[in-house]
Amino acid sequence: MIYLDNAATTLRKPPQVGQAMLDALQTLGNSSRGTHAGALDAAHTIYGARVKLAQFFHCARPDHVVFTSNITESLNIALCGLLRPGDHALSTDLEHNSVLRPLYRLSAERGVAVDFVPADRQGCIDYDDFERLMRPNTKLVVCTHASNLTGNLVDINRISAIAHAHGALLVLDAAQTAGTRDVDMEALGVDVLCFTGHKGLMGPQGTGGMCIREGVEIAPFKVGGTGVQTYSVTQPEQYPTRLEAGTLNGHGIAGLSAAIDYLNEIGAEAVEARELALTRRFYEAVRMIPGITVYGDFSGAHAGIVALNIRDCDSGEISDALSEDYGIATRPGAHCAPRLHEALGTKAQGAVRFSFSWFTTEAEVDAAADALRELAQA
Amino acid sequence: MREKTLRTVVAFHTTTDALAVETYCAAHGVPGRLIPLPTIISAGCGMCWSAPDAARSAVDEAVRSAGVDPAGVYQMLLS
Repeated sequence: MIYLDNAATTLRKPPQVGQAMLDALQTLGNSSRGTHAGALDAAHTIYGARVKLAQFFHCARPDHVVFTSNITESLNIALCGLLRPGDHALSTDLEHNSVLRPLYRLSAERGVAVDFVPADRQGCIDYDDFERLMRPNTKLVVCTHASNLTGNLVDINRISAIAHAHGALLVLDAAQTAGTRDVDMEALGVDVLCFTGHKGLMGPQGTGGMCIREGVEIAPFKVGGTGVQTYSVTQPEQYPTRLEAGTLNGHGIAGLSAAIDYLNEIGAEAVEARELALTRRFYEAVRMIPGITVYGDFSGAHAGIVALNIRDCDSGEISDALSEDYGIATRPGAHCAPRLHEALGTKAQGAVRFSFSWFTTEAEVDAAADALRELAQA
Repeated sequence: MREKTLRTVVAFHTTTDALAVETYCAAHGVPGRLIPLPTIISAGCGMCWSAPDAARSAVDEAVRSAGVDPAGVYQMLLS
């Protein structure tokens, strides 16, 4: 199989990820539940991962790295823990449902006001709209670092400057950039960074987290067992325990920790350069094929994603043909990005998304382009 | 039962704080180890750093250097 659905999850992982998980399954007890060897091994594994992730994302404090089961949980924790009745939140049409649905729910249940910066037919946003849509009660801006549909990158520095000038926080959805771009939360001006472990970071599914700038206070989304302060009737106030009720995914975190080691060995710049080169190679190969429409802005830096359609063909049919006839895995449909599909005019058709990873080869990219050329001629 | 000796015991708000102090102590040769939180300190669960009482000043320095705000520092007889 030629796997080009890395924006959904990276299928090929560094071999040490699986080995670390297997070792963890055979040796780890439960972190923060006692001090026998197994419990301490788990605690050391998880603490080590916190330290690595803090360094990786330039989070000032390892104890402000919170583990979750995925980025959807991270975003729910951040948004539900920060927004209160009377607050206003600003987001964009580029967002995934992991941002949109929590906002819609907060609007319906808490009376949080929400606005969206619109996207144009190329999936681009006008940064002046952020300034225009800010209100005195804007509590936060939440946006993606790169669209999971078009791969368009967002200028986070520009947005954080606007948000902070208005006293608002910036919550970043780094689902498509963590591990494939240098995501430096300090340099980008991010207050809450949300990430998933199983995409660009090349860790296992069931891992994710958030890095919180010191001074940002997020109310717990869930409460429960923590292994500390048992007789307190409320969740401990201190991070990360405040946001980590229940047993952590120690086995998964062990795998994620090994993945971070691997990424540190090869370097973020190398990953970024490789994915950009693969993306550019594919884009240049397919953009002039008669009948193909490519979505997004490829004039500058771009995430490792290319979405397209062949004439008015159902994206599901094209993706299925790629899978059945060529052994190429892609993602059709709406990609949990309803507002952007509406902006692109692809709500009815969906789009076929190709997404690349560190392990994708040039030969695989070329084979996918060749397959599209055949399908477009059919 | 093992013989009781005088120990310096540091209690923490979170396991992450405990691990931060343990990491610092390991790197700087400060003696001690993580043990279950004695019930005389708190009836809850959790872990604490237990070190020979003679190492009190080194432990205090380790806690400060690790950037940890301890839940408490105690002197007690422990086995």
